Amino acid sequence: MGSTGFDISHFLATIVLICSFALLYQARLLGLIHVFAVQALALALAVAWQAHVQAAPHLYVTAFIALVMKAGLIPYMLRRIVHKLQIARTIEQVVSTNITMLAGVFLTILAIMVVFPAASMETGLEREDLALALAIILLGMLMMITRRNAISQIIGFMALENGLILAASGARGMPLVVEVSVAFSVLIAFFVFGIFIFRIRERFDTIDVDELSAHRGDME
Amino acid sequence: MTALHTMLAGALLLLLIALPSLAWRPAASFRKVYGATMAVSLVLLAVASASLAGGIAQTLVLPMGLVGTGVHLRLDALSSFFLIVVNLGGAITSLYALGYGAHETRQRRVLPFFPSFLAAMNLVVLADDAYSFLVAWEMMSLTSWALVISSREKETPRAGLVYFVMASFSAIMLLFAFGILAGSAGGYAFDTIRAHPISAWWMGAIVLTLVLLGAGSKAGLFPLHVWLPLAHPTAPSHVSALMSGVMTKVAIYGAIRILFDLAAPAIAWWWAAPVLAVAGITALMGVLYALMQHDLKRLLAYHTVENIGIIFIGLGLALAFRASGMTAAAAVALTAALLHVLNHSLFKSLLFLGAGAVLHATGERDIDHLGGLIHKMPLTAFFFLAGSAAISALPPLNGFVSEWLTFQSILVSPQLDQASLKFLIPVIGITLALAAALAATCFVKAFGVTFLGHARSDAAREARETDRFSLTAMALLALACLVIGLVPDITTHLLQPAIHLLTGGTLPAPGHGPAPLSLTPFANGRSSYNGMIIFIFLLLSGGLTAWAVHRFGSHAVARGDAWDCGTPGLNPRAQYTAASFSQPIRRVFGTHFFSAREEVDMPPPGDTRPASIRVRLSDPAWQIIFTPLLRLLHLVVERINLLQRLTIRRFLALVFIWVVILLMVVAAWH
Repeated sequence: MGSTGFDISHFLATIVLICSFALLYQARLLGLIHVFAVQALALALAVAWQAHVQAAPHLYVTAFIALVMKAGLIPYMLRRIVHKLQIARTIEQVVSTNITMLAGVFLTILAIMVVFPAASMETGLEREDLALALAIILLGMLMMITRRNAISQIIGFMALENGLILAASGARGMPLVVEVSVAFSVLIAFFVFGIFIFRIRERFDTIDVDELSAHRGDME
Repeated sequence: MTALHTMLAGALLLLLIALPSLAWRPAASFRKVYGATMAVSLVLLAVASASLAGGIAQTLVLPMGLVGTGVHLRLDALSSFFLIVVNLGGAITSLYALGYGAHETRQRRVLPFFPSFLAAMNLVVLADDAYSFLVAWEMMSLTSWALVISSREKETPRAGLVYFVMASFSAIMLLFAFGILAGSAGGYAFDTIRAHPISAWWMGAIVLTLVLLGAGSKAGLFPLHVWLPLAHPTAPSHVSALMSGVMTKVAIYGAIRILFDLAAPAIAWWWAAPVLAVAGITALMGVLYALMQHDLKRLLAYHTVENIGIIFIGLGLALAFRASGMTAAAAVALTAALLHVLNHSLFKSLLFLGAGAVLHATGERDIDHLGGLIHKMPLTAFFFLAGSAAISALPPLNGFVSEWLTFQSILVSPQLDQASLKFLIPVIGITLALAAALAATCFVKAFGVTFLGHARSDAAREARETDRFSLTAMALLALACLVIGLVPDITTHLLQPAIHLLTGGTLPAPGHGPAPLSLTPFANGRSSYNGMIIFIFLLLSGGLTAWAVHRFGSHAVARGDAWDCGTPGLNPRAQYTAASFSQPIRRVFGTHFFSAREEVDMPPPGDTRPASIRVRLSDPAWQIIFTPLLRLLHLVVERINLLQRLTIRRFLALVFIWVVILLMVVAAWH
């Protein structure tokens, strides 16, 4: 692979990472869903580029799954949920945006510092891809813990999963069956989350997860 | 078929004996089980003795166990010696149980575990890789735990719990010790560990600490001995004998195997200091605890603690001499330790079996409810007296030989180079002398209050002599105590293959001393001991005295009640009790060590209520270490309990923060 191929894959992975930062920054639910769709699109392109440069046709399938599911189906259904529940204007933030962004920068640096020395024998491409993927995973986790709304937590989880797919596609020799099963488990998780959101809303009139703690059985 | 094959087959056979005992009707089957156990133990004893004399190490690797390691077994001089101790104890306690088992009401809870307990102890000694060693070690702990909880007494649940916790602690400590020994390469076979010894001093320090904690808690080093006086008395008496006499020795085997064999290249002179200090404190505290007791089996259990201290003093001395290159002195110290292992297994089994006979005859373990049993159970009394004399280190019995050897090696300690050891070792010697003297006091109390004087209860008044099997077992043990004491040079000579393996030196060959059968620890012949001459002298002078007394005095004897000083009609309650006998010593030591308080309630004249004296003792091991530890644990657990009630988001945050911290550690590592 030439240096152009390296640059392009680096560029696409960085877009995915920047989308993660945008997710952290975005306070409105609809905005979140849109940024997530863009991230999924960038992911699909990154995976497809990997399929091209690695000459691994099964990665096209992964890219296709990412495109259809994550850039199309899931954002569409999340939008429907938001409209149905009429929470499109909700603004929620537990930790202030500035601190979250700073934490995100710190996590990205940490990911690079962890991966670069550990993977020094690998080729440059894989090493940088792995660092970016780890940063995306950490940012997804950060998003899950800084948001209170169930929908933004789902999106955080999906963003985390995007990082996993990016890492998997960068590593040579990852069999298709792993990616397919990951994609399906995400879809199932999405359905479970979706059903729960409706049930929770029906019962408690909110989808703020912190509100639910008061209803736990083990509280004294 | 080699000796090692036979040993392995025997151990597996013991496991098999355990199986059908589940199916047989217990009342009919206990003789079959104990008989078969005794037969197998005798065969194993013979094989182990032959192997110790032959002295060639045999190894065997079985393709099972840990992947890539397999099960390694080894039969060398050291393991042969400990197999002798294990199977001798196993055979004799089985013989005893042939009679004693008839009184056992809960056969099903004892029969399956007794042979498997023996099998586990055999396997611990045979194991030659860390994995099978620890598996056998845990099997030994679990089977003995099952035996401890087989009884239905008030303290059984607490004894079972404390024992379980301490046994787990000891296994975990040994696991870590093997982890350090194996190093990052992770060769868990002992051969691999020997080939790649640890070299850094701090690794040696960690291994030493872990072994003292792991093997020490199993053996009963202060302050980790707390389970021992709870668990040993609770088990049925033949099991108590096995646990106190044999299992603690298997723990010592573990310590010797690791310190003197696997970690041998790292031995440094300062290893001796903590071992000796802990051992000295253990010996003294064990006997002081025992003096405060009036439960016969618990008293014996505390004496086990004391004797473990004496054995570890020998081990500590051997470490010091070995590190300084004084192989002859190291050989003497290690001979003393190993001989005391054998001796203690003999007389402690004998005493526990005697206590079991008393317990069965009277139903009492509290010696303040006994008394006068020498008339009802003369043979048991005689054997118990022999065991008491042996454990009190009276010549010509075996206890004296090993303690004398320990003192001999203490006497050469001024030749060591290190000033701190030059000062420490004499202090330990004085502690040992004090402990030995107090042990004699304690057994005067135990024997005197139990067997002499008047019966203090109806149960003691109506006691019967125990059965023939039990008496035979005790007679054999008493005979062994005497024989080892009479021919000390031969018995120590038989140990020399193991001593040579571990220290590189040996004692001078027999026949070196001034008279036949003299034991001379050092070739330059500074001192020697001859049990036979002392025995002959005792026989002659004792016989002469007896003849003179009967010739000139017997016709004028008027027989009165015991201990009434000529005042007839003495109430049995006016006799010495266990507490009153040990009061002087309690006043000297108890106030400091046990914060003993005496509350005397003396009613004024005219008041008819009885006077009373109440003694309060507190156990320093619990007070200083375990109770604060438990309180701390409670506090921490209550704090941690809050983590069970977090919101989902906080759970996630917790996991996330940990991931980030671990990643930061990884980043900093590079």
